[in-house]
Amino acid sequence: MNTTIMLFLLQDGITNGAIYALLGLALVLVFAVTRVILIPQGEFVTYGALTYASLAAGQMPGTAKLALALGIGAFAFDLFVARKALHGRLVVRSFITNIVLPAIVLALTIYFAAQKPPVAVCIALSLLIVAMIGLYLYRVAFQPLAHTSVLVLLIASVGVHLALQGLGLLFFGAEGQRGPAVLSGAFTAGALRFTGQSITVYAITIAFIVGLRLFFGLTLYGKALRATAVNRLGARLAGIRTTLSGQIAFLLASVIGALSGIMIVPITTLYYDSGFLIGLKGFVAAIIGGLVSYPLTAVAALVVGIVEAFSSFYASNYKEVIVFMLLIPVLLLRSLAAPAVEEEKD
Amino acid sequence: MSALLSVTDAHVAYGKVEAVRSVSLEVGTNQIVTIVGANGAGKTTLLSAIMGILPLKGRVAFAGQDLARLDIEDRVAMGLGLVPEHRELFVTMNVEDNLELGAFRIERSRAKSSIERVYTLFPRLKERRKQLAGTLSGGEQQMLAMGRALMGEPKLLMLDEPSLGLAPIIVADIFRIITELRAGGVSVLLVEQNAQAALKIADQAYVMELGEFVLSGKASDIAANERVAASYLGFQHEGASVI
Repeated sequence: MNTTIMLFLLQDGITNGAIYALLGLALVLVFAVTRVILIPQGEFVTYGALTYASLAAGQMPGTAKLALALGIGAFAFDLFVARKALHGRLVVRSFITNIVLPAIVLALTIYFAAQKPPVAVCIALSLLIVAMIGLYLYRVAFQPLAHTSVLVLLIASVGVHLALQGLGLLFFGAEGQRGPAVLSGAFTAGALRFTGQSITVYAITIAFIVGLRLFFGLTLYGKALRATAVNRLGARLAGIRTTLSGQIAFLLASVIGALSGIMIVPITTLYYDSGFLIGLKGFVAAIIGGLVSYPLTAVAALVVGIVEAFSSFYASNYKEVIVFMLLIPVLLLRSLAAPAVEEEKD
Repeated sequence: MSALLSVTDAHVAYGKVEAVRSVSLEVGTNQIVTIVGANGAGKTTLLSAIMGILPLKGRVAFAGQDLARLDIEDRVAMGLGLVPEHRELFVTMNVEDNLELGAFRIERSRAKSSIERVYTLFPRLKERRKQLAGTLSGGEQQMLAMGRALMGEPKLLMLDEPSLGLAPIIVADIFRIITELRAGGVSVLLVEQNAQAALKIADQAYVMELGEFVLSGKASDIAANERVAASYLGFQHEGASVI
């Protein structure tokens, strides 16, 4: 192998690794705050990507309808939980966030889908749609189980993943789609060619990591999220609702997932079920980070991306196998280093 | 005038085991009420249930409102605060962030002045404000836990064993601060194994044994009671705690 090929592979690995880093960070965040291992993270990626690609192609994405349907479900849950103490303000607030909001977005989607909107509009709508899906999913599938064990939450998570994947097939069909580049154009530096798309990936990843850092370090809600992750009972005693933290975590995770999808879909053709594998690679990074460490997860994600790029060059048939094999030494080391822990019962 | 907190015929059970049986108590405004009793008597269980952490059968009313359907967070917003035995601090965050989060339900402008009040009450916390909560000493952590609860502007602060495992000089400090809280208009429900110190500052007292209140009355009368003196006061020195 010569240096040029190596540089290409590195560049490719870092671009993919940046996306895995975002996904891994979202997984760590959601797990820390809600104890949910977010298998459907991959579906957020596909939904974001394919909603974007559909809109750009002038088609109406079914995800906008799903958002409204889930919103109605979330509204029904809110009403049911508050049935003994219903008061007007609560009903109105729930109605606006769960029904009016997705209805407006659906109307906008129908309006814009007919006229091949510009890229920026496609991105904004896709992000909005997937963000709402994430938020309502938490309300419908996870919030009622918030007090149960990690295992129950994991099972729910697998269920949500399977349901969303099936719906993905219904919405987008079995055909793969590609979307337009967010930023077209390219420049070369030495042997390397940087496309606008890869620059976008780097810029958005860095912006997101910096943004998350500021959010967690400086804002009250960011600190509340960290507090919930550190000590759930302590947070509740401070008046921080675990459900609020859960909503913020899911909102962030779904936006990150959708954004990753939008960044990938101009580079690779995505199918309704491609997200799962992409999400899993973020998961590998998150596991290497022990599901707690953000910096370790980000570094591990870059390693995953680079290993993937090199193995696809040397042994492309075994690309996935090699990436997932990274987990074995890590898990071995971790199990040797850490004392046996029993799962918390709270 | 009705009591600030009134608990009527409360039962708390862990599965089939009833840890608290038919307990009734009242805390008035500007009062320190203490529950004394041996380890395992059910004191912590009772406080947890009043806060909504454990399910309680019976009636709990706070500031005239029934708490039955309210979550922990709603109770906090109503002005009920708990400093739990294990403090439950955000150990990987600094002192200031811990305090700021204590005022999560309070308007931002008021939180600023609250933090100054807490720093006046606990000057040590001000010195340590950039230090991670997990690296504080036991006494400082207790101060931080109390400070965080006070940031929520409670009308009633429930303290679970605030002196547990602390050096006598710090215990004295904490008891002094509890009386200052009462002077500042905060009622206190104090659970203590250190009965002598607790009875000295309390207005009313309850003695708990095996999940039930066996005695109640003015703290001074309870302290003078022979049985109490023999069971709870005889083996202790002032300012020390039995662990």
